[in-house]
Amino acid sequence: MSGIMIATVVLAVIGIVVGVSLVSVGRKFHVDTDPRVTEIRDCLPGNNCGACGYAGCDAMAEAIAAGKAPVSGCPVGGAPAAEQIGKIMGVDADAEERKIAFVRCKGSCDVTKERGEYVGIHDCRAAVLSGISIWECDYGCVGFGSCVSVCPADAIHVENGVAIVDRKKCIGCGLCAKACPKHLIELIPESRTQAVRCSNHDKGRAVRNVCNAGCIGCGLCVRQCAYDAIHVDGNLAHIDYAKCELCGKCDDKCPAHIIADLREGN
Amino acid sequence: MTTYIMIIVTCALINNVVLIQFLGICSFLGVSQQMKASVSLGIAVTLVTTVSSAVAWVLYTLILAPLGLEYMKTIVFILVIAALVQCVEMFLKKTSPAIYKALGIYLPLITTNCAVLGVALTNVQDEYNLLQSVLAGLGTGLGYTLAIVLLAGIRSRIDESDLPKPLRGAPVVLLSAALMSIAFMGFSGLGR
Repeated sequence: MSGIMIATVVLAVIGIVVGVSLVSVGRKFHVDTDPRVTEIRDCLPGNNCGACGYAGCDAMAEAIAAGKAPVSGCPVGGAPAAEQIGKIMGVDADAEERKIAFVRCKGSCDVTKERGEYVGIHDCRAAVLSGISIWECDYGCVGFGSCVSVCPADAIHVENGVAIVDRKKCIGCGLCAKACPKHLIELIPESRTQAVRCSNHDKGRAVRNVCNAGCIGCGLCVRQCAYDAIHVDGNLAHIDYAKCELCGKCDDKCPAHIIADLREGN
Repeated sequence: MTTYIMIIVTCALINNVVLIQFLGICSFLGVSQQMKASVSLGIAVTLVTTVSSAVAWVLYTLILAPLGLEYMKTIVFILVIAALVQCVEMFLKKTSPAIYKALGIYLPLITTNCAVLGVALTNVQDEYNLLQSVLAGLGTGLGYTLAIVLLAGIRSRIDESDLPKPLRGAPVVLLSAALMSIAFMGFSGLGR
């Protein structure tokens, strides 16, 4: 018998012996746990992203069973998971709608210009800490992809210097929002498809000077809105998602076209 | 007899697993916040190192060496240690849920604690016999317990003192561990 065969067989035998003894020890020292923990654990997605604030799905399941966490506490599982867990726990899941990450910046390479050159760690947080402003706009996306590296679902990518979310892949965990040093990423409900793609609070002229796709706070959108859902606050348009009826008139009038229509096909 | 006592002293003090060999740092820094948890982790590690030294010696001498499979020692030891830790975990869960909870994530982490694997591999390297291996495992575990309990004591006093802001938390713990390490260097003359 060749060496590799002996090695394989020996390791397999040791593995089997260890496995069998583990099973017998496990039977002997079996502890009855709350059966709901296992059931809840099965309803959770199981990718241990930690977005709920607990150390993984097991810890979350225990917290839910102990009544310390809400049944809708898992942002990834969203409404379906909350409903199932609600059934196990015997409570109504007034589940929140699934949320999707949204990058409030449209400053790609062709609309804004580079100001300084940054040579260093290729990471947004490091670049922001260095104090060098890479782009003319101080508010915009750095484009080094700190959000990309934390995304567990491969749903956010830097394209042409600005991060873009793949809405189909996004699981709504919010890790990118925490990672972004410019606080550009926001979680908005899935059905809310109108959102402002700019975060620049400067006055109109200052914004124009640095970016062709920036909100100049002109207020044309406010006048278009029949539902009182969009307001300009601090030279930047904000949409009140509770009031917005998704008519899309605001974007038709927006001179910079920075109000995104996130419906499929756009 | 002197050899056996010397092995324990060497493993516990002169070659202290944490402070001189720098193995098992993760749980050393992670669990030392509470005295009770660090004592129980020390006991758990001591138990695992002692038993795994014996099992590793048996497996190595009776199975691996005769078959010429010495190169397999690392993977086999990892397998055995992982299983042992699992057993300890189930045992603790059954017998004392409070300690099980206090240890939390660090109990399964003994599986990947390089201190435990380090002892098993060093025993083979030093060509110890069964009794010597077990004593080395016991000594290492005691050394680990000593180090983590000392650090837990220091940390409980640090928590009460008024530190400059930049030193609070991890920095002062690392500094204390470094000073402990320097202090343990003093044992290096003990063996002669």
